[in-house]
Amino acid sequence: MAAYDVGPSEKVHPGKPVVVDRYTVGARINHWITAASLILLALSGLALFHPSLFFLSGLFGGGQFTRFIHPWIGVLLFFSFFGLFLRFWKANLWKREDGTWLARFRDVLANHEENVPEVGKYNAGQKFVFWAMSILIIVLISSGLVIWEQYFSAYTTLGQQRVALLVHAVAAVAIIGVWIIHFYSAIWVRGTIPAMIRGSVTGGWAWRHHRKWLRELVTMRSKEGSGSKPAE
Amino acid sequence: MFPPIPNPSTTDVAPRFSEKDLIRRSASTVPAPEQQLTEVAKLIDVSKCIGCKACQTACIEWNDTHEEVGVFAGVFENPPDLTPDMFTLMRFSEWENPETNELEWLIRKDGCMHCADPGCLKACPAPGAIVQYSNGIVDFVHENCIGCGYCIKGCPFNIPRISRVDNTAYKCTLCSDRIAVGQGPACAKACPTQAIVFGTKDEMKQHAEGRITDLKSRGYANAGLYDPPGVGGTHVMYVLHHADQPELYSGLPREPRISPLVEAWKGITKYAGLTVLGVAAGVGVLHHLIMGPNRVTEDDEEHAEELTEGDGHGRV
Amino acid sequence: MTNSWTDIKNTDLVVIMGGNAAEAHPCGFKWVTEAKANRGAKLIVIDPRFTRSASVSDVYAPIRQGTDIAFLLGLINYCIQNDKVQRDYVKAFTNAGYVVKEGFTYQDGLFSGYDEAKRDYDKSTWDYDIGADGFAVVDDTLQNPRCVWNLLKNHVSVYTPEMVERICGTPKDRYLKVAEMIAECSSPEKAMTSMYALGWTQHSKGSQNIRAMAMLQLILGNIGIRGGGMNALRGHSNIQGLTDVGLMSNLLPGYLTLPTQKEPDLAAYMSTRGFKPLRPNQMSYWQNYRKFFVSFQKSMWGSAATPENDFAYDYLPKLDLPGYDVLRAFDMMHQGKINGYLCQGFNPLQSFPNRQKITASLSKLKFLVVMDPLATETARFWENHGEYNDVDPATIQTEVIELPSTCFAEDDGSLTNSGRWLQWHWAGGTPPGEARRDTWIMAQIHLRLKELYRQEGGAFPDPILNLEWPYADPGDPKAEEIAQEINGRALARVTDTADPTKVLAEAGKLLPGFAALRDDGSTSCGCWIYSGCFNENGNNMARRDTADPDETGAYSKWAFSWPANRRILYNRASANLAGKAWDPTRKVIEWDGAKWSGYDVPDIAPTAKPDQVGPFIMNPEGVSRLFVRGMMRDGPFPAHYEPFESPIANPVAPNVRGNPAARVFEGDLAQFAEAASPEFPYAATSYRLTEHFHFWTKHVIVNAVMQPEFFVEISEQLAAEKGITKGGWVRVWSKRGSITGKAMVTKRIRPLTCDGKTVHIVGIPLHWGFTGAAKKGFGPNMLTPYVGDANIETPEYKAFLVNIEPAPGPVA
Repeated sequence: MAAYDVGPSEKVHPGKPVVVDRYTVGARINHWITAASLILLALSGLALFHPSLFFLSGLFGGGQFTRFIHPWIGVLLFFSFFGLFLRFWKANLWKREDGTWLARFRDVLANHEENVPEVGKYNAGQKFVFWAMSILIIVLISSGLVIWEQYFSAYTTLGQQRVALLVHAVAAVAIIGVWIIHFYSAIWVRGTIPAMIRGSVTGGWAWRHHRKWLRELVTMRSKEGSGSKPAE
Repeated sequence: MFPPIPNPSTTDVAPRFSEKDLIRRSASTVPAPEQQLTEVAKLIDVSKCIGCKACQTACIEWNDTHEEVGVFAGVFENPPDLTPDMFTLMRFSEWENPETNELEWLIRKDGCMHCADPGCLKACPAPGAIVQYSNGIVDFVHENCIGCGYCIKGCPFNIPRISRVDNTAYKCTLCSDRIAVGQGPACAKACPTQAIVFGTKDEMKQHAEGRITDLKSRGYANAGLYDPPGVGGTHVMYVLHHADQPELYSGLPREPRISPLVEAWKGITKYAGLTVLGVAAGVGVLHHLIMGPNRVTEDDEEHAEELTEGDGHGRV
Repeated sequence: MTNSWTDIKNTDLVVIMGGNAAEAHPCGFKWVTEAKANRGAKLIVIDPRFTRSASVSDVYAPIRQGTDIAFLLGLINYCIQNDKVQRDYVKAFTNAGYVVKEGFTYQDGLFSGYDEAKRDYDKSTWDYDIGADGFAVVDDTLQNPRCVWNLLKNHVSVYTPEMVERICGTPKDRYLKVAEMIAECSSPEKAMTSMYALGWTQHSKGSQNIRAMAMLQLILGNIGIRGGGMNALRGHSNIQGLTDVGLMSNLLPGYLTLPTQKEPDLAAYMSTRGFKPLRPNQMSYWQNYRKFFVSFQKSMWGSAATPENDFAYDYLPKLDLPGYDVLRAFDMMHQGKINGYLCQGFNPLQSFPNRQKITASLSKLKFLVVMDPLATETARFWENHGEYNDVDPATIQTEVIELPSTCFAEDDGSLTNSGRWLQWHWAGGTPPGEARRDTWIMAQIHLRLKELYRQEGGAFPDPILNLEWPYADPGDPKAEEIAQEINGRALARVTDTADPTKVLAEAGKLLPGFAALRDDGSTSCGCWIYSGCFNENGNNMARRDTADPDETGAYSKWAFSWPANRRILYNRASANLAGKAWDPTRKVIEWDGAKWSGYDVPDIAPTAKPDQVGPFIMNPEGVSRLFVRGMMRDGPFPAHYEPFESPIANPVAPNVRGNPAARVFEGDLAQFAEAASPEFPYAATSYRLTEHFHFWTKHVIVNAVMQPEFFVEISEQLAAEKGITKGGWVRVWSKRGSITGKAMVTKRIRPLTCDGKTVHIVGIPLHWGFTGAAKKGFGPNMLTPYVGDANIETPEYKAFLVNIEPAPGPVA
């Protein structure tokens, strides 16, 4: 029986160093579309959010195009993230060790991962990012549709639109905050970015950060190995 | 008769106000103007209005808009609502006064109120798309407008409309182009009964006093001026027979103010949001500086190798 | 109007009845708002619908359409009963004391002399007792039971508040409130103005509607004074001009009348138009009739009009019938008796009743020439526009020729407004395409006809060949040239009759005014009442001086007001028998012991002594007429008659249907729904909306935006009864036609209770057709009956019967 958070394509390749497949090509493309969308949304959204950032609209060819393109990118993000969600939701379900991990978050921050429990494919921090993103994107797309003047303004009242504007702004700030966590973590925890570029991590990275996941992969490999040959 | 505004000069005249007289500019700041212009106002005397729509017609003609021929929708309002091509609209409301049992046909010319504290301008994210002159006129500058529709949400009176042709917001300009050369608004010029008059805000208040006295003498005990303080007063004011119930006039807000939601959005959220994000980024940088990166060690790699070689059975 | 638009600001009470001034005359209505705002004047609106006028009124009273006379005679009754009469005025300035001939009666809705077969009266008893001295017998004490006052008192006594409520459906308390306010204006210090329009004229007793109010105004002493008067709000910018210059089949310019067949020569013609004074010393201005007539003939035929040939009297057509009004003309067309039609600035397919009959009539023509700036429905009557004009073009053989003409903004000329002001206007734009001025078109037709007559002769070519055509460019007469022709010229030196050394005009010069007209052929004048409009002082119609000394509202230096630049007609009546103003704050003119002078041009000889000459100089009595002698076809007093199609039988004369003296063509009677018809239970009326002007502005996109589509107005109660929804489709049909449109369901129309019966009102605005920028739609003339006013044949558009039901919308 496969572990809940181990994907079929995830494989361990013994060697020096050990290479562990973490993300398929599809997942990586999906992620980067999502990432690009989110960044573009943040930039265009911030341009409309605060006068001091309006200059960012220049990146999009001016205010009119910024206003036009932002909601469409939002739609793209929504569907793109929906793809990620389908891929990753299982691996992000909450586990008992996540609580312990969180309780020892100070050690995580202090780079003392030896003091935290072994975790699966995702630690509690990543799970937080995942679920926060999921919820915020739903909030953003729904509030965004309400304030999408060009097509949807006729379907709601001004009062609802005002609520949506505020919700959208707050949610946007929140999601950018979550993104900062996500982005910083990827830099801070060295060896992470290749997972989303090449699709694989080193065994050491997996050992250090997702040991439980690594163990499961290894176990599965051996099972597969034994399962593939008739018992002797 | 309120003294009519004389016909325009046939020679060029210097505009009476310009960019130098801005006191507010959306999503940007302006230096305080050197002089304060006299505040102007349009006074709409609902009790003199006969709902003839000459104001609407004059508005279309002067602004050269192209409203489409619509259909009859069971009501007298045509078009049924303000549009990007119809900056002003007669709204008709049939009301049976419970005190007198009389039918009253309350007709109100709807349009931009030119608030002293304009919600549209507050909500606008595009620098210079909405401006306010020291004479009180709130004007849209279309080359700066991005068509987001935030002005609509900001407006306590639901006035601006976004054009689907050029995707910019439109509303009554108080005929700023006419007023700049000493004329009154086109609607006031066209109004056959002087239900719409234009002058300085003080003159208009004074004129309204006379009208209110007349209305009170006709039994409208609650006649009054609509110059709502919640938006700092307006530069389009109404004389109402029932000033105590403005909502009778097709939903004229009783105490209009910029929605607290909009205030929150354009106030605390704007500043707190950026602060939160700045802090988040700063904490990241700081953390990195202090704690440094979280690197995979040789040890980790070896453990991994051992694990894989042990076919998963190894215990470390 | 007896007064002017600007004078309305002087009133204390505005009564809008038979009109909807705010809606149809919004610009003129400004003077009502002025009176209200500055004088504290009150506004009463009496209308079947709560109109735009009602929206700014102080009191609104509902009334069933077509019952105005009952309401007005009720008011007269109220004033008499409550002694709210300006007695001195009535005694001095009306024929209240004139004794009426024995034999005059009124019974069961009919006056003496009725001939049912002819639908007409022998009016010989409708006159005064004439004494041995040749003057009318007058009882200044008003005691004689046969004097006009006592006959009137008796005549109106039936119209009690209860009867008014029963007929009109106006709740009694509301009616009494109105009566009380109006009665207050019997005080010399208070003036009431009556503003009316087609809500009174478009009835089979339209003229009598107006008379009834005129009588009330006389009783209240409101004629001739500032802020008073009978003020007809004319329905077109220049319809006053149309009647002034005599564009009616029985008129010549200046309200001269066309000869009849019974008048073979000028002497016979003049014998009935002398209007000998009926009182000693009285001035009867029509005694100058011959001067006006001869000068008119001279303007028409110049040197061909000579004393020897009765000033070309024979050139004039002679009427064989009372008149060829539009209803008769189209009836004759329908019978095939008229087969060519020049239609200039008119849209009969939309304007005349019973459109099916109009279409059938036009289809029988050989040719139809339409001169119009717009693509009118009439010019396209043969085009199939689905249900909006359901004709088969293949069956119509009429040849239609459209001659595009200019509109008012594209040529110079004058318009005569409701207040009789001739206001000059200048072209503001150049005409589009091949459009030509009407004068150019008419000149070209005339010159070609003239040439044909010259070459081919004909039965009687003289009137055409000799027609005076003095224009610099015969093919293109200029507006100024025509205006001068209308004003009149001296053909020889004209001197003052009293002082022959005083020259009024040298030969060839423009006449100063109609006082200079002569009956010997030495003057020419196209329209005597307009004389003075363009004299040697210049074009007086183009004057734009807003000076108004003491702000009386006269504006005497603005444009030209006929007659003689007089702003208030009968203004002599503003002063009492001593020549002093009844109300000093309303002085118009006063007698200073030697002459009349004041703010306005006196409507009396300047030296006529106040106690000797009556103010109503156009009447041989010198006073106004509460009893009108034989001058109206349907009675010397107004009486309530139901419309020809009425939801109830006439409560005061149950056996009389409609106006007994109104002309009804054979075949049309069968197309009237009977009184209280169960088949057609609802009382319909038609009207304008402020957003449009007739069928013109639907061609203008902005106006079409303001009111894009035809609709039918009904009460919430009728809507509920019939299951009709706001904006939903309905079908409305009468005995003559059927239309569909969307419903306006409103509180502004309420069912009335008349004669114990609930009467629902259906309102049908008139602005839509099948050409123009607005949506295609129907007009009320699809439904209205083919009958007009007994006196002037204005069609009965305001009161007819229909049925209504919800309908499916048009198939998309």
